Amino acid sequence: MTETLTGAQIAIRLLERQGVRTLAGIPGGAILPIYDALGQSSIIHHVLARHEQGAGFMAQGMARATGQAAVCMASSGPGATNLLTAIADAKLDSIPVVAITGQVPRAMIGTDAFQEVDTYGLSIPITKHNFLVNSAEELLEVIPRAFEIALSGRPGPVLVDIPKDVQMQPIEIADWPAPGVRQMPPPADALAISEAAAMINAAKRPILYLGGGVVHAGAATVAVDLAEKANLPTVMTLMALGAMPVDHRLSLGMLGMHGARCTNLALDECDLLIAVGARFDDRATGKVAAFCPQAKIIHIDIDAAELDKIKTAHVGIAADVQEALERLLPLVSENARREWNTRVDELKRDFPQHMPDLDQPLSHFGLIRTVAVCLDDEAVIATDVGQHQMWVAQGYPLRRPRQWLTSGGLGTMGFGVPAAIGAALAEPQRTVVCFTGDGSILMNIQELVTAAEENVNVKIVLMDNASLGLVHQQQTLFYGERLFASQFKATPDFVKVAQGFGIAAVDLDTAANPCAALMEAIARPGPCLIHASIDVQQKVFPMVPPGAANRDMIGA
Amino acid sequence: MNAINRNEQRALARAVLEIDVNNHPGVMSHVIGLFSRRTYNVEGILCLPVGDGSCSRIWLLVNEDARLPQMMKQAEKLEDVIAIRRHHADHAVFSELEDFFRP
Ligand SMILES: Cc1ncc(C[n+]2csc(CCOP(=O)(O)OP(=O)(O)O)c2C)c(N)n1
Ligand SMILES: [Mg+2]
Repeated sequence: MTETLTGAQIAIRLLERQGVRTLAGIPGGAILPIYDALGQSSIIHHVLARHEQGAGFMAQGMARATGQAAVCMASSGPGATNLLTAIADAKLDSIPVVAITGQVPRAMIGTDAFQEVDTYGLSIPITKHNFLVNSAEELLEVIPRAFEIALSGRPGPVLVDIPKDVQMQPIEIADWPAPGVRQMPPPADALAISEAAAMINAAKRPILYLGGGVVHAGAATVAVDLAEKANLPTVMTLMALGAMPVDHRLSLGMLGMHGARCTNLALDECDLLIAVGARFDDRATGKVAAFCPQAKIIHIDIDAAELDKIKTAHVGIAADVQEALERLLPLVSENARREWNTRVDELKRDFPQHMPDLDQPLSHFGLIRTVAVCLDDEAVIATDVGQHQMWVAQGYPLRRPRQWLTSGGLGTMGFGVPAAIGAALAEPQRTVVCFTGDGSILMNIQELVTAAEENVNVKIVLMDNASLGLVHQQQTLFYGERLFASQFKATPDFVKVAQGFGIAAVDLDTAANPCAALMEAIARPGPCLIHASIDVQQKVFPMVPPGAANRDMIGA
Repeated sequence: MNAINRNEQRALARAVLEIDVNNHPGVMSHVIGLFSRRTYNVEGILCLPVGDGSCSRIWLLVNEDARLPQMMKQAEKLEDVIAIRRHHADHAVFSELEDFFRP
């Protein structure tokens, strides 16, 4: 039996068939046919964001929390340009997002029509792939393909730009295409796997270096199995936090610019670095020439272009990291590695992460730890970007892959609140905490009303230093204390702002018992803003100065 | 693009890339964008459809540069790139066109 459907109806039906149940967006003229069809869907819940960047980060929050591709929508012109930052962010952190934008009718493309921009051209360098759809027929191929591309290989964002006349074009449909799903890459090269195993077995001082790809591939469990079997001390990038519980005996936590001294010093001594789903980012490696100077390198990544990009690997394996690790595991021999682990434990004892004032709930680390005490590992922890982000990365006991949502590659202020809303929409059974700063929260503050409207279980912990703290820190340390444009002269009353947007708010500064107030706020279902003042003089330490080697860290 | 005078250009080692792609508007932007965003100058470009026109072949003349292997890997990742091959700079495809490029 055939039915006659418009391009818009086809697009929505294809999203339903993909399993999309929630998506975020904002309508406008060039995407109204799709919104009209979306309004008729009884399956998809549309979340009306208040800024398209918010919609983009909500989709990211859904995708990061679940690993499934998530969808955001925007109209042509300013709607599409507002999405771009969230798409670029998804590209750098390899997050599967499908962005659907309306475009002016094909006959008007290139005429500088109202709200026409070259969305296709603008999105080329910040997407994994993009499409400008030419007919309703084409949608049947493009939409499943968009999901397949977003999910396969190294995940990433895909943009589908649909002109309005294509949305309105009716065609007859007899058969529906299969939904787009993740395609597996060819298996890892057997010879390289056995070479890698031999290198691990022969190594005296190996370190396992886990990146975000381990989380994306669902390989955290097998990575921990490998570490345990061969007793490999393990470091994680910002993106991999949670892949191995930070309090695991083999965990050295986060490496790099704001890693603990013991972590970077251990890397300095290692004779074999086993990089898995990591890309040797400059924030992780510091001065590359001085990174793991004594080490041979095994590099396993699904993206062949990452092999030898920054550091030449002795064994490079382009493969799904879960598959590669599962094949590696039986070939790696059990080994207590007493000497090396004793040395690493010594470094941990002598050069630990310094966390002052842990017992004071209003100090930066004390606040983070008190929040952690209120929650179990089922909670999701999102952050914005700045000092608060690095303190949470250093201090929160992350123990579960996909527990941790942060903007790593692009470092986008404004990420936190909408990403947390997205995570809460996708996983309503979880409590989602967003640690944010007074600078970052203002970059997507409008989504507080979306949080109120959706009544999501999001707790926003605002660490307020009335400053762009990380900028303040850099100016203090590296620009002769010439503070400029990093301290706010006027600051909003955030508690009133949150209440004005319709969500509950508490101020720990004025609470008689801050601990009790915090616990109560976290335990109460629904969205809530928790405000706490933070001393602007506090620094993120230790720190690798720009351009320095990781061993040359400054600060306690 | 990067301004280098003609003599300097001749002195640089060259490579010729042969890239098979799906033929649709936008493919050229994807491929060339990889080079321009890295300020990697493309000295020569040729592109024509192949066979029934569903595919095209792009020929690029580029400077030999330590980044070239990484560029080729990045190009290989593009959805619309089917294959990429590297040739020596003396490949006939550009040298036989020199007549059309006399000052
Ligand atoms: C969109 C965007 N603009 C500018 C920056 C540069 N930047 C990085 S951290 C930071 C300050 C963040 O301030 P806040 O959110 O208050 O966090 P704090 O460092 O004070 O904890 C700035 C301006 C950025 N990362 N993102
Ligand atoms: Mg601040």
